[in-house]
Amino acid sequence: MNPSSSDPPQREKPAGRPVFLQLGDQVGFMPLLEELPHARALGLELVFADWYEAELRQPYRKELVGYPETGVIHGGVVTTLLDNVSGIAATCSLHEFRLLATLDLRIDYMKPAEPEKALNGYAHCYKVTENVAFVRGIAYQGDRSNPVATSSASFMLNERIDLDIDQQVEIMKSLREQGVFGD
Amino acid sequence: MTDHSEKERVQIEKLCADIPYAAFLGIQMDLKGSEITTVLPYQRKLIGNPLLPALHGGVISALLELTAMAELMWALGPSALPKPVDVNIAYLRSGRPQDTYARAFVVKQGRRVAHVSAEAWQSERAKPIATLQGHFLLKAPVEEEKS
Repeated sequence: MNPSSSDPPQREKPAGRPVFLQLGDQVGFMPLLEELPHARALGLELVFADWYEAELRQPYRKELVGYPETGVIHGGVVTTLLDNVSGIAATCSLHEFRLLATLDLRIDYMKPAEPEKALNGYAHCYKVTENVAFVRGIAYQGDRSNPVATSSASFMLNERIDLDIDQQVEIMKSLREQGVFGD
Repeated sequence: MTDHSEKERVQIEKLCADIPYAAFLGIQMDLKGSEITTVLPYQRKLIGNPLLPALHGGVISALLELTAMAELMWALGPSALPKPVDVNIAYLRSGRPQDTYARAFVVKQGRRVAHVSAEAWQSERAKPIATLQGHFLLKAPVEEEKS
């Protein structure tokens, strides 16, 4: 039987913050969220991020509705939420800087999201191999045991970024000043 | 294959304007004969990683889901109101900051559930950037009213 997607990871967390979050702390932004134009356009917010796990919140917005008669948001919004939070959970499982690419994403829809309410997306990375990170997630409103959707994602771990954190902080700050992360 | 009245053709073409999320993404429908191609014109707000830059994976999957649903509505009539049950998206190539196109086909249509396959591409149809396989629940068939 598969462990529930809403179960938090059982592994003990290492001391300190995951390297991607350390980078974010020093530059002053949440990686894989604040610098993504589409995440900003949606209004995605960070709930928390830590080793192996993360949670985001998608506020309800009328322009995200998929079924005008009921006001229910479109499934694509749920998919985007779970894709984004799964990517964050995967990066928060790495001990060194590596580029990630989504390989595969599966979403199972349990029920329509209730209109006029925000949607939370929680994900945890339960396995990292030499080449792949495996993540499970849920989208829910209020009750984790009764999710709107569940997800399963795999990420390809690409080459190591051969720069230390201080070098990366400088580069990120410079890119931000140049407006690379802007709208 | 359902006979499509002019009214239905207009309904399908308007579909993207009527669904707020489709309008938010900027998706358009290109209906030629009985073939639907969805078009997602490039906009900065669709970008995920700005360093590559690459389209957000969620945008690509949303395009594929909407295309799959449009294809089902075209095949079965707009009252089918398909709802996704499960979708599997494979990301093959990063989506570049340019227009994206998608098409879907109904692999199997049952009475309540349909299995749909869709793919998205940019400059070359033979090099898709992502594919989707999914099941969609169809509204229970209602007695057709004589118009």
